[in-house]
Amino acid sequence: MAWRIIEGNQALAIGAKLCRPKVIASYPITPSTHVPETISEFVADGELKADFINVESEQSAISACIGAQATGVRTFTATASQGLALMHEMLYIASGMRLPIVIGCANRALSAPINIWCDHSDTMAERDAGWLQFYAENNQEALDLVLQAYKIAENKEVLLPGMVAIDAYTLTHTFERVDVPSQAEVDRFLPPYKPLYAFLDPEKPITQGSFGTPEHYMEFKYSQQKAMEASKEIIDQVFKEFDGKFKRRYHKIEKYKADDAEILLLTMGSMSGTAKDAVDRLREKGIKVGLAKFTVFRPFPAKELIEIAKRPKVLAVVDRNISLGHKGALFSDATSALASMERRPLTVNFIIGLGGRDISPQNFYEIVEKSEKILKKGKVEKELEWIGVKKEMIP
Amino acid sequence: MIEETEFLAPGHRMCAGCGVALSARIAVNTAGKDTIVVSPTGCMEVTTTQYPETAWRVPFLHVAFENAASAASGIDSALKMLGKRENKNILVFAGDGGTFDIGLQALSGMFERGHKVTFICNDNEAYMNTGIQRCSATPYGAWTTTSPPGKYSIGESKPKKPIARIAAAHCIPYVATATIAYVADYQKKLKKALAVDGPSFIHVLAPCPSGWRFASDELIEVSRLAVQTGVFVLWEVENGEMENLKITKKIPQRKPVEEYLKTQGRFKHLFKPVLRKDVIGQIQAEIDKKFERFGL
Ligand SMILES: Cc1ncc(C[n+]2csc(CCOP(=O)(O)OP(=O)(O)O)c2C)c(N)n1
Ligand SMILES: [Mg+2]
Repeated sequence: MAWRIIEGNQALAIGAKLCRPKVIASYPITPSTHVPETISEFVADGELKADFINVESEQSAISACIGAQATGVRTFTATASQGLALMHEMLYIASGMRLPIVIGCANRALSAPINIWCDHSDTMAERDAGWLQFYAENNQEALDLVLQAYKIAENKEVLLPGMVAIDAYTLTHTFERVDVPSQAEVDRFLPPYKPLYAFLDPEKPITQGSFGTPEHYMEFKYSQQKAMEASKEIIDQVFKEFDGKFKRRYHKIEKYKADDAEILLLTMGSMSGTAKDAVDRLREKGIKVGLAKFTVFRPFPAKELIEIAKRPKVLAVVDRNISLGHKGALFSDATSALASMERRPLTVNFIIGLGGRDISPQNFYEIVEKSEKILKKGKVEKELEWIGVKKEMIP
Repeated sequence: MIEETEFLAPGHRMCAGCGVALSARIAVNTAGKDTIVVSPTGCMEVTTTQYPETAWRVPFLHVAFENAASAASGIDSALKMLGKRENKNILVFAGDGGTFDIGLQALSGMFERGHKVTFICNDNEAYMNTGIQRCSATPYGAWTTTSPPGKYSIGESKPKKPIARIAAAHCIPYVATATIAYVADYQKKLKKALAVDGPSFIHVLAPCPSGWRFASDELIEVSRLAVQTGVFVLWEVENGEMENLKITKKIPQRKPVEEYLKTQGRFKHLFKPVLRKDVIGQIQAEIDKKFERFGL
């Protein structure tokens, strides 16, 4: 282990390097570009024994990863926003073929208007693609989650691809102190990749990427869902094992001052740090507010959420994305998970920080103020609230 | 031509008289056991890989329609990293749509990066898998379901894209054209393609009885006429030297193109109800021009 001051993109790149992928295929896109740049240096310097394929698009990046992983090696790629959207078709194929590829994704808004700053629309648009999804709050988590993502994805009960998402700029380009494990430590945690079913070997010819008729297609999807369900247990096991080896404990949902909270903020990604700060200030004023941060979004940790939601009276779900025509993605999934509760808390959705709009503690004070009103009234009058929108600019 | 071991097993679901099936069979049998086949979405892929069966006795990978070349690139890299690249062929069988149109970007990328992959385009001159729609490989004047002849249309209005020349312009080690009527020529080219250290490309004319509207027992005759009329010229370019393009099948006495067009229902509107001498004449003139230009 060694302390280093690195940006989030380097954390992803170093995390990937420590997992010893044999093929990396990547294409530049702001704000993820430092990841392939850093990895190509590792390869150029012989620090990482891998083939780095400089492809001509993200669609080819993920396709080359699929081809390589189907041949029997561990692969990695990184992208963001438009790049992830260009991969869309292949994301479903990678998971349908049960190839445990790992992507490092810089969360960046989707066009139009074209925008290079942070929000979660890009990865949220892929939430149905059959990929495990992990969201980092800081650069340490970015690195750690890459190591754990491989271990979870490659588990034989899982065999699903995974993406580790880090917020544009707040993480990708921000330098923080990160505890970087040694190669030997990671090797003890993550064994060399051995494909169980997916290989292309003339001595044992198999066909991958078959044509599935109505007679078989549903069973493929059913098994993917089963694998997602099974991954919930595996994620806990791997998080625990990681803690044992590296002394950092991850949870699908991380609680912060949540146990006695009446108002609970649900957050994702780097905004959680700002929100925790706001929680501290509000606690000083005697307001019973807490936070629950989703580190894992797929599989959706419904069981954990239900447990956490038993005590608070208001859940303020803060989404850095919007499913246009409905609500934020976290809100939709959270409320559907809570539907089975006998006594469920009031729920309200706040949309925040789209396209890199700054998220400040003030935003969370406003959110909590609105939640307090809901708490007093005992009902939600407006389920969807936009924070920090300059409504006067809209005709 | 039946080999001792058939790597594309009988019992697949391709049509009787399918040019693509024959081309794939010739190629995979020539390449032999140590071959990995990659195929984009298309007729051949859906008819040979229906789960839980497969017609492939060699490893086979399908990913999507537009990315066979990228997936093959990944295989090449992975085999290298596994130390298992030696003595193995990576063979792509792609349709014309998966090569000329939607797959062109990935193909160009694969060429430029220099992956050791032999990319065979089995050209049946339309999107056949989706039911005979025109693409940039469809020849001038041909009927397809999206280039129907009518009051304001003579069928396909654009000339065929010169895909093999586009491939050769990448200066890759080996590019050739071939057809299933000249098997020895095709096999010789394939062996050369597999032997080079880098990307190779073979454009194979693979007629489609269903889409071109001819009887399935006329496959070889139609393929041969394409060469004898000069519609399809058999050539090769080695070492990326376009200036040394070599014609591998000289046609001293070219037959009139009409003889080729007449064999196929997709051109029948050029003959009936009125004989479109203008259109046929134009097709002939284009061939003549090509032969003159390239000194064939
Ligand atoms: C992205 C995408 N667009 C369209 C399709 C539908 N599609 C499947 S195969 C095909 C045509 C294939 O044509 P070609 O490559 O010429 O092969 P052929 O079937 O003619 O042998 C099309 C349009 C698809 N599968 N994926
Ligand atoms: Mg075709």
